[in-house]
Amino acid sequence: MIWQIDTAMLLLVVVVALASLQVKDLLGAGILFGAYSFMMCVLWTVMGAVDVAFTEATVGAGVSTVLFIAAVFRTSRRTKD
Amino acid sequence: MKKLAFVTILLLGIVLMAITADFPRWGDPLSPASTYLSPHFIEKTMEETSVPNIVTAVLGDYRGYDTMFETTVVFCAGAACFFILGSFGREEDDKIRYFRHRDTGVVLKVQPHGTRPSSRADFERIDPTWTPYDFIISRVAGLMIPFIQLFGLYVVAHGHHSPGGGFQGGVILAASFLLLALSHNMRTLSARISNKVLGLMSASGVLIYAGWGALALAFGGNFLDYSVLGVLLGLDPIAARSMGIMIVEIGVALTVMSTMIIIYNNVASLGAYDEGL
Repeated sequence: MIWQIDTAMLLLVVVVALASLQVKDLLGAGILFGAYSFMMCVLWTVMGAVDVAFTEATVGAGVSTVLFIAAVFRTSRRTKD
Repeated sequence: MKKLAFVTILLLGIVLMAITADFPRWGDPLSPASTYLSPHFIEKTMEETSVPNIVTAVLGDYRGYDTMFETTVVFCAGAACFFILGSFGREEDDKIRYFRHRDTGVVLKVQPHGTRPSSRADFERIDPTWTPYDFIISRVAGLMIPFIQLFGLYVVAHGHHSPGGGFQGGVILAASFLLLALSHNMRTLSARISNKVLGLMSASGVLIYAGWGALALAFGGNFLDYSVLGVLLGLDPIAARSMGIMIVEIGVALTVMSTMIIIYNNVASLGAYDEGL
């Protein structure tokens, strides 16, 4: 494991997580959450937990993003706060 | 209120970070899990269950109870979504509906309680929040869906030898159906696979898992002890454990796939299953 790539990945996870909380556009927040899941998936792979990474990629980055999109479609795209 | 929430989250985060320092280091050979449990799995899995992927063997056989109740939790999530959001077949007639003539493309707007076109062959219903039919998106998605489903089946069937298994394969299969719903509309999905079928599949997955475990009781073994079922399959006890994992993974995949689609259908159509993304 190369520590530079590892640190960059961890930093990116934190940045994307904070960005998905901060962004006002809920559709964008859903997409950013998918990106966060994908980064976590890469981290699991680096740590050798390939099965967990697979689950994270399918459930976190795949289906839950679709569910967020469906929820945004039925509610509103902008936050009140 | 927001400040209070922020302070609470901050305090919880600090507590979590302080606790993390007490965890055994990553890959520590002296940590409690690595002293006797992990060596047993690493050394004995192949000769006890003939499954090369240790994670699948632990998930499906050694810790079969956990996986069975995880499957039940997924099923309960789908049922809860259905009971909270579902409209139980009450068709609300107070909405404006749109119908498109298939041949000419003329769109009819039917007022609430108005007469609807009687012929289903000539008219198709379209959503009020109608988005233009995009040829490229629907065609590319249509080309990709069979391959995604094939990959999902491969992941379910090949979970013994490579990463994957029932949960991942089920979610991939569900994703292919959700792609159909996203690229066309929800009615296209419901025409392929109805909500009744989905509910039945969701329940039968749990039934397959628990039933296969309970069948072992009838053959004189413990609950979820697949080795005694070799008599039924014509296999020796070790190969029967491998095959038993396969069968319960199919059950898990069925439940996970249909539950994901049920949740999507309920969220996207507000429980009415008539129109949505």
